[in-house]
Amino acid sequence: MTHPVSRRAIAMAAAAFLGSFAAAQAQETVFYSTQLRPIEEASKVRDVLLKGIPGKVTYIVDEPPAFAVRMKAETQAGKRTVDVVGALHGELQPHVPADLQPIDDLVAKVADRGIPANLMDLGKLGTGQQQYIPWMQATYVMVASKQALQYLPAGADVNTLTYEQLLQWAKNVADKTGQRRLGFPAGPTGLMSRFFQGYFYPSFTGGVVTTFKSADAEAGWNTMKELWAVSNPNSTNYNFMQEPLMAGEVWIAWDHIARVKEALTTQPDQFVAFPAPAGPKGRGYMPVIAGLAIPKDAPNRTGAVAVIEHMTKPETQLLTAAEVGFFPVVKADLPPNLPPGVKLLAGAVAATQGAKDALVSLLPVGLGAKGGEFNKVYTDAFQRIVLRNEPVKGVLESQAKTLEALMKDTNAPCWAPDKPSQGACPVQ
Amino acid sequence: MTARTSWIPYALIAPSVLFLGALFIVPLVQTIWLSFSAGEGLSLVNYQRMAGDLNFGLAIRNTFLLTVVVVPLQVVLALAMATMVSKLEKGRDLVLWVLTIPLGVSDLAAGLAWLSLLQNTGYLNSALYALGLIPGPVGWLSQETPWALFFGIVLAEIWRATAIVLVILIAGLQLIPKEFSEAAEIFGASPWTRFRRITLPLLKPSLQSALILRTVLAFEVFAVVYALGGRNFPVLAGEAYTWQNENQNYGVAAAYAVLIMAISLAATAVYLRALRTRPEQLP
Repeated sequence: MTHPVSRRAIAMAAAAFLGSFAAAQAQETVFYSTQLRPIEEASKVRDVLLKGIPGKVTYIVDEPPAFAVRMKAETQAGKRTVDVVGALHGELQPHVPADLQPIDDLVAKVADRGIPANLMDLGKLGTGQQQYIPWMQATYVMVASKQALQYLPAGADVNTLTYEQLLQWAKNVADKTGQRRLGFPAGPTGLMSRFFQGYFYPSFTGGVVTTFKSADAEAGWNTMKELWAVSNPNSTNYNFMQEPLMAGEVWIAWDHIARVKEALTTQPDQFVAFPAPAGPKGRGYMPVIAGLAIPKDAPNRTGAVAVIEHMTKPETQLLTAAEVGFFPVVKADLPPNLPPGVKLLAGAVAATQGAKDALVSLLPVGLGAKGGEFNKVYTDAFQRIVLRNEPVKGVLESQAKTLEALMKDTNAPCWAPDKPSQGACPVQ
Repeated sequence: MTARTSWIPYALIAPSVLFLGALFIVPLVQTIWLSFSAGEGLSLVNYQRMAGDLNFGLAIRNTFLLTVVVVPLQVVLALAMATMVSKLEKGRDLVLWVLTIPLGVSDLAAGLAWLSLLQNTGYLNSALYALGLIPGPVGWLSQETPWALFFGIVLAEIWRATAIVLVILIAGLQLIPKEFSEAAEIFGASPWTRFRRITLPLLKPSLQSALILRTVLAFEVFAVVYALGGRNFPVLAGEAYTWQNENQNYGVAAAYAVLIMAISLAATAVYLRALRTRPEQLP
């Protein structure tokens, strides 16, 4: 007698279990992101930042290349499994228009958040419709060990540093300590290409594409060669500058705030953070924007909209800054109780944006899937001029041809700081 | 009975054929197709971009250099180790087990282990510093020390992949009947002559398998190089990875993949011809 009863009980329990599973599946929202990937940050997203959204949100992360492949594969297979995606401006760009749906209806829904119009416009990715809603922002800063400060050239202030002073500073450090201790993230997954596009070129030439092979650019590359001579030769192995900074291998470094954050949060009393240097044309800097978008045929659009609405609320935005160190896209004053490391970063970011000579370099729009090859133009120029010591002029001439072909191919118009263009951005 | 036996082998082999067909042949054809397609229609654009790239020549040179240096060293080492192991009376299994430990380590893990030895703050520098041989950390793996970097990669590759050659050669040695060697000994042949005239020729089929396997793997070398040198030491598989992931140009990445396959096939064909064994020469 006990057998049939227990069997029925098992069957009922199984049915109840499967039923609840199906119900949970029905209202589950899958949030797929290339940002906030490290386990500590992902846990913060799951346990803190996503709290308060009705229904279950599953936060999953992936490396950018895997993200690109999955988005395309799901479109080709006609089976979408993710509802909302979070990724950088440049990572979302190749997925327009095939993999993302326009979300103009959300613009009104988040209108009261106070997202600046120029940021909102970036979310159109060069099309007529909204493709993503800005989510969080970051930028790049310099970080130096306090041990290096004694070698600053006379009269130099880290907050108003120039490339000439940076060079002298790194020379002093190399001369006095016998080690080349300036560092760049020029490793395989380092963000060196962003240094050239957002910092080096705007500061030296006032442009990114149009001035690629100008005389100013030539002068800039010669300075770059001098900088390299006092940089740690392991720079071509560095992907995240926080590691060599913490190891003491590098004393002065430039990198994305998320890639130096660990050094600053674990040893806030050992480091200073400050804006990138200025060149003859100004203090070039590049914002990093991460956006939230909804893929085509997302199974749970309502859930996706709820996630976007929640993540752009001012209180969530401030919580994001405090927990993971990415800064708000909305107008909101940062709370005073930020962790000391994040406070250092916030100070450097504010000093960058508020610098008198600040020259903002916007994110490229309209390059589509060619973003990777656009980066390659700059890193190839670096490899040939600086690492292989090829003549500057000849390299710039031949790389300019590649750049020009790329621009014509994608028909991408110029973006700041280059002057607006009719049609493809020309290389002068 | 004959009807029964005739289909059984096919049925048994069918799952693996289907498996290979679905997960190897189909992607292979797709990759070849991808490498020849650009925009609309077929073209050689991807191959032209690959050949015109600044790292292409370097990647070819480095990959061949690594193969030419590493594979012969590994074969010699494995031959020596296999001969010694087969002479052991006691503890043979234990020695073999220890020698084959690197086989169980993934190549990326092996690369990272060697990185912790050779990097600036690694064990090698710590040891040299403690001995007073260097004044401070010395970079061995940077783009400015290509030969030290090459040597590091060779060392790591030899450590990691000699065991696979060893295992194949030991299996081959066990197939050679002892009588040949004993007979030669009676006739006064020295150990070297016996090795050269009996062991080596009879080991040819195993050597062929080991060489094919190791050479093909050497042309695909990636994880160890990537862990130790990043892109300071471009190799073919690394360039394929970069074109796929960093430059996001899947066509050029596919062209690299096809090139690696062509080189591997050519090497295999050379070995099959050069080390051909006539049936009467088999042990």
